[in-house]
Amino acid sequence: MIGLEHYLTTAAFLFVTGIFGIFLNRKNVIVILMSIELMLLAVNINLVAFSSFLGDMVGQVFTLFVLTVAAAEAAIGLAILVCFFRNSGTIAVEDINVMKG
Amino acid sequence: MTITALAFYLFALTTVTAGFMVVISRNPVHSVLWLILAFFSSAGLFILLGAEFVAMLLVIVYVGAVAVLFLFVVMMLDVDFSTLRGGMMQYLPMGLLIGVVLLVELGLVFGNWTFAPSAEDARAAVTPALEDAHNTVALGQLIYTQYIYLFQASGLILLVAMIGAIVLTMRHRTDVKRQDVHAQMHRDPAKAMELKDVKPGQGL
Repeated sequence: MIGLEHYLTTAAFLFVTGIFGIFLNRKNVIVILMSIELMLLAVNINLVAFSSFLGDMVGQVFTLFVLTVAAAEAAIGLAILVCFFRNSGTIAVEDINVMKG
Repeated sequence: MTITALAFYLFALTTVTAGFMVVISRNPVHSVLWLILAFFSSAGLFILLGAEFVAMLLVIVYVGAVAVLFLFVVMMLDVDFSTLRGGMMQYLPMGLLIGVVLLVELGLVFGNWTFAPSAEDARAAVTPALEDAHNTVALGQLIYTQYIYLFQASGLILLVAMIGAIVLTMRHRTDVKRQDVHAQMHRDPAKAMELKDVKPGQGL
């Protein structure tokens, strides 16, 4: 029988894959953004799984908000990326040091 | 093995495999396509969990909007992605180390936990029985009453994100001719055309 732990395992694998992707694609901002989306998806799977097995709808409401924030983050991130590419002609993360932070 | 278990393993394996392919594929366009597959199969997982509204939302918002946005940006940027792949092997051991450590830490939890006895009582909004309300109805009754302010705030976040994206990417080019509607509408037809008597063989 499929229990809560099966879903949590899937989400854990997905989350770790996202972190692995951030380390692996240190130069490509687009794939880093996609890795962040994967991690947020893993969080959503966790929330919905707990919501379903505990019988509490609030988990799904929270998933809705996570989804909203993820969509806004992707839109703003890609807009900054396009803006940066227009100004500097590259999207390599190492070249993004204008602010000397 | 029941059909539910079979469906779960199918969707879970597809999700994890597609997520891994997002990370390791060489072409970012392929990455986006794998991401779409990951979202589709996790929508299947959500349906198995009985959260069909969130599943449909995932397909519409992610596959319909976010993934297409990614695809659009990847194809629009004129970047040589192969140069960005360089040094991947350099970061591989570190990434694998951190990934394995995190996975082990997450794995330690499994099998060693139970729901607290008070967890049943601490539920903020108990899922109604399927005969009383479907998932979408139950969720709607919750977000339009108890969580209305948060719901409106999330709408505001989307509005700010939309305005921000437009402001960031809009540019006013000065080297192109633009249509001036006001000037077009207020031009005088009498002055727009002038007749000249051109003498033969001389021109103007």
